[in-house]
Amino acid sequence: MSEPREHGATAASSLSASTPAAPSLSKPAGSGARGAMGETLLEVRGLQKHFPLTQGIVFKRTIGHVRAVDGVDLTLRRGETVGLVGESGCGKSTVSKLIVALERPTAGSILYKGKDVARMGGRALKEYRREVQIIFQDPYASLNPRMTVGDIVAEGWAVHADAAPRKGRLKRTQELLDRVGLNPDYVNRYPHQFSGGQRQRIGIARALALQPEVIVCDEPVSALDVSVQAQVVNLLEDLQDEFGLSYLFIAHDLSVVRHISDRVAVMYLGSIVEEGTDEQVYASPSHPYTQALLSSVPLHEPHLRGQKDRILLQGDVPSPADPPSGCRFRTRCWKAQDVCAQEAPALVDRGQGHPSACHFAEARMVVPVDVE
Amino acid sequence: MTDQQQLDLRKDAVEAGTTTGLASPSVDVTKERQNSLWSDAWGDLRRNPFFWIGAVLGLAFLLMALVPQVFARGADPRSCDLGNSRALPSAQHWFGFDTQGCDYLANVVYGARNSLIIGVIAVLVILLLGVVVGALAGYYGGLTDGILARIADIFYALPLILGALVLLRVGPSTDIPVINSRGPGAVAIALALFGWMTAMRLVRSQVIAVKGSDYVAAARAMGASSRRILVRHILPNAVAPVLVYATITIGVIIAAEATLTYLGVGLQRPAISWGLQIEAGQDSIRTAPHLVLFPSLILTMTVMAFVMMGDALRDALDPRQRA
Amino acid sequence: MTNLDLTKPTAELAAQGTPLLEVDDLRVEFRTRSGVVNAVNGISYSLGAGETLAILGESGSGKSVSAQAIMGILETPPAVISGGGIWFQGRNVLEMSAEDQRTIRGPGISMIFQDALSSLNPVYSVGFQIGEMFRAHRGLSKKAARAKAVELMDRVRIPAAARRVDDYPHQFSGGMRQRVMIAMAIALDPRILIADEPTTALDVTVQAQVMDLLKDLQQETGMGLILITHDLGVVNEVADNVAVMYAGEIVERGTVDDVFGRPSHPYTEGLMSSVPQVEAKGGRLRPIAGQPPNLARIPSGCPFHPRCARRRLGAEAAPGRDCATDVPPLRLVVPGREAACHYSEEVLGVRAP
Repeated sequence: MSEPREHGATAASSLSASTPAAPSLSKPAGSGARGAMGETLLEVRGLQKHFPLTQGIVFKRTIGHVRAVDGVDLTLRRGETVGLVGESGCGKSTVSKLIVALERPTAGSILYKGKDVARMGGRALKEYRREVQIIFQDPYASLNPRMTVGDIVAEGWAVHADAAPRKGRLKRTQELLDRVGLNPDYVNRYPHQFSGGQRQRIGIARALALQPEVIVCDEPVSALDVSVQAQVVNLLEDLQDEFGLSYLFIAHDLSVVRHISDRVAVMYLGSIVEEGTDEQVYASPSHPYTQALLSSVPLHEPHLRGQKDRILLQGDVPSPADPPSGCRFRTRCWKAQDVCAQEAPALVDRGQGHPSACHFAEARMVVPVDVE
Repeated sequence: MTDQQQLDLRKDAVEAGTTTGLASPSVDVTKERQNSLWSDAWGDLRRNPFFWIGAVLGLAFLLMALVPQVFARGADPRSCDLGNSRALPSAQHWFGFDTQGCDYLANVVYGARNSLIIGVIAVLVILLLGVVVGALAGYYGGLTDGILARIADIFYALPLILGALVLLRVGPSTDIPVINSRGPGAVAIALALFGWMTAMRLVRSQVIAVKGSDYVAAARAMGASSRRILVRHILPNAVAPVLVYATITIGVIIAAEATLTYLGVGLQRPAISWGLQIEAGQDSIRTAPHLVLFPSLILTMTVMAFVMMGDALRDALDPRQRA
Repeated sequence: MTNLDLTKPTAELAAQGTPLLEVDDLRVEFRTRSGVVNAVNGISYSLGAGETLAILGESGSGKSVSAQAIMGILETPPAVISGGGIWFQGRNVLEMSAEDQRTIRGPGISMIFQDALSSLNPVYSVGFQIGEMFRAHRGLSKKAARAKAVELMDRVRIPAAARRVDDYPHQFSGGMRQRVMIAMAIALDPRILIADEPTTALDVTVQAQVMDLLKDLQQETGMGLILITHDLGVVNEVADNVAVMYAGEIVERGTVDDVFGRPSHPYTEGLMSSVPQVEAKGGRLRPIAGQPPNLARIPSGCPFHPRCARRRLGAEAAPGRDCATDVPPLRLVVPGREAACHYSEEVLGVRAP
C-alpha cells in the first residue's frame, strides 16, 4: 500500500550521518570556506543584450535590434534570494541565460566575486560554471531523455572531474536523490518514467551536485501542478538553509516570488522598474507598473475580494524592437506627462523608501493586507 | 473521537506539510526492468507484425548469404551441364537451370552474399559520412554548415545511379585501390559516395533541433565540452531517424547494385549476382521466363524486407507516441 | 430539426427556474492499448443562467475532459462516454442525432480554449473566421458577415476593430487572440460559454483584462459560464460556485465563499494551504504530499487517501468509513455544501449529524 512517507525528514538525518565516508554534501551556511553571509556574490551592472533582427535568406542584413535586456542592475548576496518578476517578453529569461554565461552580453558587466564573467576564459569560466548553476522551467525538456537519472545527476562530476572522486559517485548520487525527496533506488531509471514534479527534483539534484554558490532558478515551479509547486518551493527553501545557497529566482508568479524572496526586482520591457525588499515592493509599490501588476493578481481569500485597487492596464506591451522613448511604460501609464517621453527615469529612491524608475514615484497600497 | 485524537490528526497534518513532501514514484515499484526509450521502442517493435514479416524475410536473406550451401540443396552453382540448359523448374531443381545448364536455385541463393556485402558496406559508409558531416554542420552552424551543405548539394545534383555509373566506368582506368577493381567494394563505395546526403541532412536537422533543447543548455551551463555535448546529449537524441533511413537504404542499395550490374558496370562475371542473372535471362524471357522471374522475386522480397523493418522502426521510434 | 427554443431570452428561462445545463453522473474513459484510463468518474452538476461555475482541478483531474464531452469534441476513439447524461434545457444531448447536436453546439453551448493561437486558422484573417460563424449558421452574405465581425471585435474591445478585421492571427498579441476566440465563441449568443483555462497562457495583467471582459459579457447576455481552471485566485474573483475535481470526481461543491472560506474536503484544504499568497509573505507552505494519481490506477476507496493527512484506516476508521476501502459518496455536509469525504465534519470543525 502506498502511503506518504516523510522522505525529506529521513533524508536530512541520513546525510549528516554519512559525512566521513563520502565528502559530505552539506556545507553549513556561512561556514569558513564559503565566506561570510551577506557577502556580495553577483553584481550585475548596466547589463544589455540586443539580438540582431535580420532580413533576407541568402544575404542576411541587420535591420534592427531586439532590446531584450536593456540596462539591468542587480546584486545578489550570499544566502539571500532575489526575485525577478515580470511578464512574458520582459527579458527576465535572457537575464538568466546571461548570468549562467549561455549568452554574451552586448554591454554591461556581470561581476562574480569581483571578476567580470564576460572576460573569463578557460579555467576561470569553468570554475564559474561550477559555482553558478541553473534550474530550468520545463522539467520535460531539461533532462536528456536517453540518460539515466543517475547519469544526469552525476554529469557535473564527469565534467568537473576534480569535484568528486570517481569512487563513491554512485553513493553520492543516491544521497542527492534522497535529499531532494526521490527514492535513491531509481538511479537507473529514465526521466520519462517520472512525473513533472519529480523531474524538477532531478533537475535540482543535478544543480546541487557541484555544490554551487548560486543557483539561477528560471521559472522553476510554473510548469508544475499547484499541489506539487509547494513541495518544490519548500525543497528549495530547505536546501538554501542547509547549503547556504543564494538564489536568483525568476518567475512571473508574484505570489511565489513574494513567498520565497528576500528582495524583489520588477522588470518591464528589458529593464528593472522597481526594486526593494518583498515588503517594500508588495506593500508599498511605487511604480505604476508594479501597482498595475499587483492589482491584477487574483486574491485567494473570499473576504478580501473586491478590497484591492482595480487598475486595468490598457493595450499591449510595446515591441522590444522599437521601445518607446524615455520611460518604457509611458505608453500605458495613467501618470505619463511630457517629461516621461523625453527622459528615461533612473532607478532611484525618490522618497518612497526604495528605488523606483518613475518620475512620479509614489507609494500606494494596492493589495489589502491580510489581517488574519 | 477524543480531543487527543483530534490533536494528533492536526499534528500529522502539520507534519505532512512542514517536511519536504515526498514524491512517491509514478512508476510501478514492482516493475524491475529499467525502461529506456530504446527498450520501450523495442516493446513497440515486438508488437508490429510488419516488423516480424520484414525480420523473417531479412533473416532468411542473411542466412542465404552466410550459408548458401544449405539453401542450395547441395547443388554447386558452378558445376554445370549444358545439356540442362534453360530447363524449367522441377521437383529436384526448384528454380530450373540457366543457359549454361547450372542449377538456378544455387545461383540465386549464392547471389545473396554479394548483395548483402554491398548493402551493408555502403550503408555503413553512408552512416559514417552522414552522421559525421551532419553533426558537424548542424552543431557548428554558420560557415561550417554553409560549406558542408553546399558540398552535399553538389552531390545531390548527381543522381545516385548516374554518379555511380560514371565512377564505375572510369574507375578501372585509375590507380585507386578498390575502385579500380569492379568488385563488391567498388560498387559499395560508388553507391555510398552518391547516397550519403539524405542521411547527412537528416542528422543535421535533428542536431539543430536537439541543440536548442534545455538539456543541452544545462550541459553547456555546467561547462561540458563540445565533444561531450555532441556525443552524450545530441547524437543519442538525433540518430533515431537516420537509423530508420539506414534500414530502408540497405534495401535501396541492394536494388541499386542489381541495377548497376544489370547495366554492365557493376559486378562482372564470374561473380554471382542477381543483376547479372536478370541481365542474362532477359534474352530468353519468352522461352525460359523463370530466369528473370526468380532473381527478381528474391530481389524484390529482400528490398521489401528492409523497407518493412525500417517502417516499423520509424513507428516505434516516433517520439510523438511517447509522453 | 430540434424543437429547442434558442430564441427565448436567457433571462426569461432563468425566471422559470430551469437550469440551462445539467450534467448527470457523466463518465468518460479512454480505451488505450495499455489499458483503460478513467478520466471522468461520475460527475454531476447543473448550471443556471447568469451563473458562473468554476471547475477547479489540477492536471489529470478530468476537468477538461468533462468539458470536451459536453462540447462533443472528444476524440472517439480512444475516448468513450461510458455513462451518464448531459441535459441541455431539459433534453439529453447524448441521445440526440448528430444533426441536432450541431444545432446546440455553437448557438447553444460554445467554448474557448487555453491556446488561442492553435485554435485559430493561420491562413484566414480573423474577420473571416469570426464571420464564418454567421455565414455557416445564419446564412449571412460575405459582406454582412464581415460587418458583424467588426461589431463583435468591438464588443470584445479589440482596439481599431474596423482596421484590424483583415489581419491574421499571428499579427495579434496573446491577449488579443484570446479576445478573437471569445468573439467567435459569443458570435451566436450562446446560452452557455465553457472557458477551458482561458487565461493560463496569458500574463496577469492580460488575464485581468480578459476575465473582466468575460464578466461584462456575461452580465450583458445572461449566459451561463463554466470556468475550468487550476487557479484558485481566478476562481475566487470570478466564480459564484465551485466544483473541486480530483481523480475524475467532484470532491467538493458549494459557493466560492463557503468552499474557500472553510473547506470541507482535505484536498481543498490542502490546495488552499499550499499556494502562496500575494497579500502576505506567509510562513512555510504546507503542500499536499505525493503526486496526483495515475488515472489508469486510481487508488481504492477514497482516491485521495494516499495523500491525505486526515485519512483513517483499519481500526482507526469508523465502521464502513475506512478511507482505503470505502468510497466516500458526494454528500451534503452542511446546507449548500457537498463533499466526498467520510470525515468532512472534522475538516469543517462541526459536529457530525
